[in-house]
Amino acid sequence: MSTAHVLLGLLAGGPRHGYDLKRAHDERLPRAKPLAFGQVYATLGRLERDGYVTESGQDRDGGPDRTSYELTEDGRQHLDTWLSAVEPPAPYVTSEIFSKVVVALLAADAERARDYLVAQRSAHMSRMRELTTAKSTPGASIGDVLAADYAIGHLEADLNWLQTTLTRVAAFSKEVTN
Amino acid sequence: MSALLSGTSIVRNYGATPALRGVDLTVDEGEIVAVTGPSGCGKSTLLHCLAGILRPDAGTVTYREQNIGLWSEAARSRLRRTEFGVLFQFGQLVPELTAVENVALPLLLAGSGRREARGVAAEWLDRLGVADLAEQRPGTMSGGQQQRCATARALVTQPRVLFADEPTGALDVLTGEQVLGEIVRVAREHGTAVVLVTHASSVAAYADREIVLRDGVLDPTGLGLGVAR
Ligand SMILES: Nc1ncnc2c1ncn2[C@@H]1O[C@H](COP(=O)(O)OP(=O)(O)OP(=O)(O)O)[C@@H](O)[C@H]1O
Ligand SMILES: [Mg+2]
Repeated sequence: MSTAHVLLGLLAGGPRHGYDLKRAHDERLPRAKPLAFGQVYATLGRLERDGYVTESGQDRDGGPDRTSYELTEDGRQHLDTWLSAVEPPAPYVTSEIFSKVVVALLAADAERARDYLVAQRSAHMSRMRELTTAKSTPGASIGDVLAADYAIGHLEADLNWLQTTLTRVAAFSKEVTN
Repeated sequence: MSALLSGTSIVRNYGATPALRGVDLTVDEGEIVAVTGPSGCGKSTLLHCLAGILRPDAGTVTYREQNIGLWSEAARSRLRRTEFGVLFQFGQLVPELTAVENVALPLLLAGSGRREARGVAAEWLDRLGVADLAEQRPGTMSGGQQQRCATARALVTQPRVLFADEPTGALDVLTGEQVLGEIVRVAREHGTAVVLVTHASSVAAYADREIVLRDGVLDPTGLGLGVAR
């Protein structure tokens, strides 16, 4: 995930300072990992070095760093290119869940894989319940609903895979033991 | 507290085909329970047995501490009209009746006056967001609109238990979500228990609890009875 591009997107609406960017990020992407301040300033530093943002002023009231930044023309171009670029659809199968099942079958046996799958399914289901409740709560923001939809869609795909894998593993182990 | 509804060792065969091979479950007052499992595992059969539509070959179905299997067909049919609501995937509205007449039907059967029944039916159509379809017949409605009307009809008597078999299976994601959202909201408001049969884990996630059936028996782990222990 590209924090830099999200910051560029937030700056597209006008200049903001670092603290403001962090708040806006966490509010607009409610289920993303909250940004650390250090990360905001480091990212702004890199964006400035690359010519995508520039300092646009200092708040006078002293206190913490109140430097505000604005998007440059290059920054606007860069954001536009990113927005138009299609992401490669899942080029690699990388998932801890997938690896764990394969390794369980390699290092142990079908029963070990099954125990893991059962526990994982139950954890996935309770997370899905939480998200479903969150997005059905009256007053949920569009960010909350979109984030929950996204997470639920992925959990559902995982759950379908867990279910199918269990059935395949069962059929396979029967074949082997017979 | 004893369960509102419970099934004990329910067995049901269709000729030589065993559909349920000894199923136990309980549903508490106001609880939403999802029943999931692969195609043909017996979900619909279980729902029909619990709703008193099918009689189990063995085992008992208890509603409010009464064994409804011992009741006459007439008594069970009265129970279904008054205390239970039933919602299927599609095709349960009477084609000759308008939406409001369809929704009023259970009230009329329960003895309400015509005017009152229509009034209450109109309120329920409104609650499900289809008040403007009141005078239309099912044939001129979309699947999602029909399902909203069917939901209004299933809930109009304010049943203690709603039995729903793939209620959103034929709807797109957003329409399904709205219909489910309404079912859950109304159930929570009125303390209605819901038995929700579904294939989709995203639908099961609306429930408080999930029961997984596999080959006519409960799978306590939710997965994989198939692996030899
Ligand atoms: N009317 C019937 N006559 C004969 N067999 C039936 C009948 N209804 C169901 N069965 C059989 O009983 C078993 C359980 O069927 P049931 O309809 O309860 O499954 P289900 O879990 O609801 O499946 P699905 O998810 O496909 O709706 C299946 O083997 C099915 O073939
Ligand atoms: Mg069925």
